[in-house]
Amino acid sequence: MADSFKPHDAAEVEAAIRSALADGKTLELTGAGTKRSIGRAAQWDATLDLAGLSGVTLYEPEELVLSARAGTRLAEIEALTAARHQELAFEPMDYGPLLGTASGAATIGGVIAANLSGPRRIKAGAARDHFLGVSAVSGRGETFKSGGRVVKNVTGYDLCKLLAGSWGTLAAITDVTIKVLPQAETEQTILVLDQDDIAARKVMAAAMGSYADVSAAAHVPAAPAARMAETAPIRTAVTALRLEGVAPSVAQRKSLLEALLAPFGSLASLNEVNSRAFWRGVRDVMPFAAAGPVGQHDVWRISTAPSQGATVGRTLAEKAGAEVLYDWAGGLVWAALPAADDAHAPLVRSAVAASGGHATLIRAPAAVRAAVAVFSPEPKPLAALTKRVRQSFDPQGVLNPGRMWAGI
Amino acid sequence: MSIVMPPFDEAVLKRRGEIVAALRRIVPGEGVIDSEAAMRPFESDGLTAYRQLPMVVVLPETTTQVAAVLGYCHREGIKVVPRGAGTSLSGGALPLGDGVLLGMAKFNRIRDIDYENRVAVVEPGVTNLAVSKAVEHAGFYYAPDPSSQIACTIGGNIAENSGGVHCLKYGMTTNNVLGCELVLMTGEIIRLGGKHLDSGGYDLMGIVTGSEGLLGLVTEITVRILKKPQTARAALLGFAASEDGGECVAKIIGAGIIPGGMEMMDRPAIAATEEFVHAGYPLDVEALLIVELDGPQAEVDHLLERVQEIAKSCRAVTCRLSNSEEERLLFWAGRKAAFPAVGRISPDYYCMDGTIPRAKLPLVLRRMQELSAKYGLRCANVFHAGDGNLHPLILYDANKPGELDRAEQFGADILRLCVEVGGVLTGEHGVGVEKRDLMPVMFSEEDLNQQQRLKCAFDEKSLLNPGKVFPTLHRCAELGRMHVHAGRVAFPDLPRF
Repeated sequence: MADSFKPHDAAEVEAAIRSALADGKTLELTGAGTKRSIGRAAQWDATLDLAGLSGVTLYEPEELVLSARAGTRLAEIEALTAARHQELAFEPMDYGPLLGTASGAATIGGVIAANLSGPRRIKAGAARDHFLGVSAVSGRGETFKSGGRVVKNVTGYDLCKLLAGSWGTLAAITDVTIKVLPQAETEQTILVLDQDDIAARKVMAAAMGSYADVSAAAHVPAAPAARMAETAPIRTAVTALRLEGVAPSVAQRKSLLEALLAPFGSLASLNEVNSRAFWRGVRDVMPFAAAGPVGQHDVWRISTAPSQGATVGRTLAEKAGAEVLYDWAGGLVWAALPAADDAHAPLVRSAVAASGGHATLIRAPAAVRAAVAVFSPEPKPLAALTKRVRQSFDPQGVLNPGRMWAGI
Repeated sequence: MSIVMPPFDEAVLKRRGEIVAALRRIVPGEGVIDSEAAMRPFESDGLTAYRQLPMVVVLPETTTQVAAVLGYCHREGIKVVPRGAGTSLSGGALPLGDGVLLGMAKFNRIRDIDYENRVAVVEPGVTNLAVSKAVEHAGFYYAPDPSSQIACTIGGNIAENSGGVHCLKYGMTTNNVLGCELVLMTGEIIRLGGKHLDSGGYDLMGIVTGSEGLLGLVTEITVRILKKPQTARAALLGFAASEDGGECVAKIIGAGIIPGGMEMMDRPAIAATEEFVHAGYPLDVEALLIVELDGPQAEVDHLLERVQEIAKSCRAVTCRLSNSEEERLLFWAGRKAAFPAVGRISPDYYCMDGTIPRAKLPLVLRRMQELSAKYGLRCANVFHAGDGNLHPLILYDANKPGELDRAEQFGADILRLCVEVGGVLTGEHGVGVEKRDLMPVMFSEEDLNQQQRLKCAFDEKSLLNPGKVFPTLHRCAELGRMHVHAGRVAFPDLPRF
């Protein structure tokens, strides 16, 4: 029986969870469903569809704050803030292209539950860093709130941090308050051409250690670069560095950066329009899009120290023929590997273990996601703590059980 | 002392000699302190109105010792209070008479500075300022800068999620830490995060940060270090009405400018600081605003001009822009000396710490003046205007009977007011014991119960820093109980598809 709840307010969410508790049923939490294929493939008794909780409830541009119900479309929020020259500075990615789901459809609740971010993560943080306040219903069927609508707040535990990236396994988020920030007036991107992965690491480290205040740093090897309209004509790998701000500042930093990077290789640049399009492509990992030539590959998302990214990427390329794309100054590795029954999990896990960090299997057929660990396995005392934390919110395991780890 | 702490565990106190001996076996030499005279310096933290001698002080030097001490206390049912430099303004490190005070001061080494990854790995007893000093020669710094940064430690900063004047642009502690080694109350050692970004599982680093020493003992921390801005310039703006100052702050942010620092002072604070440091502040204004821009020279010059235009449009009666580093520091000199300056005009002062939506500032200032009259106590205000964090300083004389009580009641009224206008009880000083009993003003019982359930996941026996943050102590078993109604046909009007 595939029952489905579609509540329209927080009280109905509470009622739905209590009903599931009483019936001993499990619930799959969804918003727009754009990230539904991320996580372990598990079976749930019913769906708790939160898309009906919609609408921006507060937007005060001069206070840099916005509140919305969890099912509000991100696109609606972005349009509203853009009209006041503001934005969500964490630049949340759109998983639509990569997963072959609807593009531009994600809800703010989903963005936060997955702790999304984008290229500006290295400067501005992730969803977690902009998530000021929450109201949610726990797996106990009880409504609770945490945080507030002000940036500076240390009153009680910061449950927002815990809920961000918990993939709906602790509570059903019903209302969120987030920080908004001014959009940059303009931007430009400098490209260093034809670097291999190891050389690119040095380019990005030099730029990040300079006064140029780089807001995004990525390395796109030749094959994926050929699939992006802005870099295809260049026909080489590109190491890209974004500068954002007021025009005089961007101009000054551009000269600084060009002088610094000239010794590394030939330079090119992207104007404001192309820069925006290019970084959207990096953000959404367009070269590995479901509709593209590596659309059938398994895709891993690996977070490691920036100095270690190239080492991980080369290992995966040499041993499994991976195509790799680096964001976050080298610290975020997107790897597309030829499809395999185990998604090359042992290789990926051992490469990440050697470098430090974590890896998540983002795209793979359901059968594969049922067979291998999708999220990084945790060492024993930490795994036990994770389980206790989960139980403190959802003792009966009613919300998305098994989505992150088996048995949790 | 109006705060009630958990009753002493007589059974534990009777075993004091045996407990001290057991702790000495774990931490040899001078690391265990049990004489009253030697424990005296630990009886209080920055909230000096509250004092309590601990049962015993332990100063471990290694993670293994911390784990062994906690494991022992967990098995034996002994309470533990962690302490960094003891600068907490909310009594977070207030000892318990039947508990071990675990001081982390000996964890004072910087273990690794990694410029390529722009991180430093430090022990919790390293002071906040020492991190910046260690990387200064390479042009880097650690962004969170609480005003106690010369003394406060990174471990304490984690516990309190400390802020500083640069929070609006650079974030609080939680936005600037990447990982830690954490010892649980059971003695288990876990690692959270590292040199990479975000968590692969639950963001436990995010929950430990700001947990006020109730969840675990941090023994190593990985922090982000940032390249120091190339230049900084400040504007000193005076307004005849606090409304004008508030409007100026809103317009600066509305214009898309995020200053590195934006500080406001009210008339009593201006007068006290000017008399103390002679920074050249105007004395005929109701509100003084310092706006600092940092970054590349071209950007700073460009934005400072815009700030000047905005200030004029908001009827600023004073408008000075710093033209040298000396001048910029002079603008700041008064603000940075605000607390000692107020200390000169009053025998005692009580520093509050609430946050409000910025637009509510004029209203809150007016209501505070009414409260000031009601309680017969003067009040000076310094305000992190960029992020709405208010620090009212209530002036009183502890030697006059009843004044401390009145100051505390005045302070509690201010915090209730902050919550009433949409703000919070504490912006950066923490709840501790000071604001513990005010938590129900902001949170329902359900909110607090969920927070305490999380505490139980880390510390099932409630032995770590009990009596802080939560007004009521519940047993974990009681909190964990579920009340599921057995009725099968519930919620008939729920939409189902």
